[in-house]
Amino acid sequence: MFDGFYNAFWFLVVGCLFVIVNLFVSSLIRPADPQEEKLLPYECGEESSGTGFVRFNPRFYIIGLIFLIFDIETVFIFPWAVILKGAGPFVLIEMVIFLAILTVGLVYAWGKGDLEWIKQPTQW
Amino acid sequence: MIEWVAWLMRTIAEFVLPFTASWTWIPWYTIALLHVAAVLLVIVSILTMFLVWLERKVSAHMQDRLGPMRVGGWHGWAQSIADALKLLLKEDIIPAMADKPVFKIAPLLIFGATFMSFVVLPFSENIIVSNLNIGILYIYGISTVVVIGIIMAGWSSNNKWSLLGAMRSAAQLVSYEIPVGLSLLAGVVMAGSLSTVEISLAQSGGFWNWFIWRCFPFGFIAAVALYIGALAETNRTPFDLAEAESELVSGYHTEYSGFRWALFFLAEYANMFVASALVVILFLGGFSGFIPVPFVPDVIAGPFWFISKTLFLVFVMMWIRWTLPRLRVDQLMGMCWKYLIPIALVNLGAIGLWTSMSG
Repeated sequence: MFDGFYNAFWFLVVGCLFVIVNLFVSSLIRPADPQEEKLLPYECGEESSGTGFVRFNPRFYIIGLIFLIFDIETVFIFPWAVILKGAGPFVLIEMVIFLAILTVGLVYAWGKGDLEWIKQPTQW
Repeated sequence: MIEWVAWLMRTIAEFVLPFTASWTWIPWYTIALLHVAAVLLVIVSILTMFLVWLERKVSAHMQDRLGPMRVGGWHGWAQSIADALKLLLKEDIIPAMADKPVFKIAPLLIFGATFMSFVVLPFSENIIVSNLNIGILYIYGISTVVVIGIIMAGWSSNNKWSLLGAMRSAAQLVSYEIPVGLSLLAGVVMAGSLSTVEISLAQSGGFWNWFIWRCFPFGFIAAVALYIGALAETNRTPFDLAEAESELVSGYHTEYSGFRWALFFLAEYANMFVASALVVILFLGGFSGFIPVPFVPDVIAGPFWFISKTLFLVFVMMWIRWTLPRLRVDQLMGMCWKYLIPIALVNLGAIGLWTSMSG
């Protein structure tokens, strides 16, 4: 009668309602005594210097970019995986070529040292 | 299953209150769905509290301690219930410098997304909320939403530990998403379907029909890779860098307190169950047992096998926690990109070749 995602939507609503109702019940019975020290960010007892939005390692962006390529690859493989059984050798060869191209990409990133957490200057 | 519950509720209502038979506007399907969701929510909460208690007992006994013994009587069984009530009574502190709307939405998103993945878990052939024809892709997608919640929590806290923990966690989760996806695909290739029920049915008929033994040893390698990925996806030791308490306090949820913090905890343990369930569905036969048992109806045998296999994998997760030390960040990333992804890629190719050859 209904699409399966109709159920998933109501599950999201019920899950969120559970959180909201519990937080509301909790707000009725919990103490609320805000003080200046309590509301400071916790940095092991030291007074925090500056904001929390510090600079961090740019490796995270590189990982993000490589992830994006491989995740799209995975999305392309999903429909292939479903029909492969009994689809004949041509379908397999096509995907092997696609995977080979992506493997070249992985080897390139590896050779460039982008998979190392502590990057050395590129040596070719 | 929902249709059946709706039919049952309607029949009972019309028997108790005969005049409701003429009311055609009652949305029986949605009412039944909400009841099923509420029951499942209660089950998830109880399961989570049980897993927290189990984790404490398992870790205590592995270290030659006793763990919680007092609350409730037998082996401190009520300890988690007492803890949940305590957390409900705790003050809710939101730091003054935090980005408040984002700070409040983050636990909502993480818990909501985790709960949504229970929609496609097949407890038996018919005991499943909705048998989506893209079930595996759905779980794979929903589990990624948790990453957004983690980044929101870490960023909005305005705390250096939280930010670093969230960044590490996001990098770890997205990296391990790829070997998990490739190993999932190995199971999907063998079954030729993305529906969780059909994948489980393809493995029915006993222990040796499970996908872990199919295309030996490639099915086995895919199962192990998926389980390692699942450990990383749920931030468990040896991959718990995101909340490495000795260096980052507790990572992205450092600033959360009281019930908001409990929600992260709840989602983490529920995620452990879902990740183990995914391994069970794809490689350990899902709801089919070790041997086909005659005369036991599927309604009883299915949930029994599914839940006991999943809980066993959750227990192995706890076991690994007290066996292996934590990795360094570079080792973690190296493990994923240099070992797991090439292995999973080659493995997927081999399984594809095998399946294609055998027709």
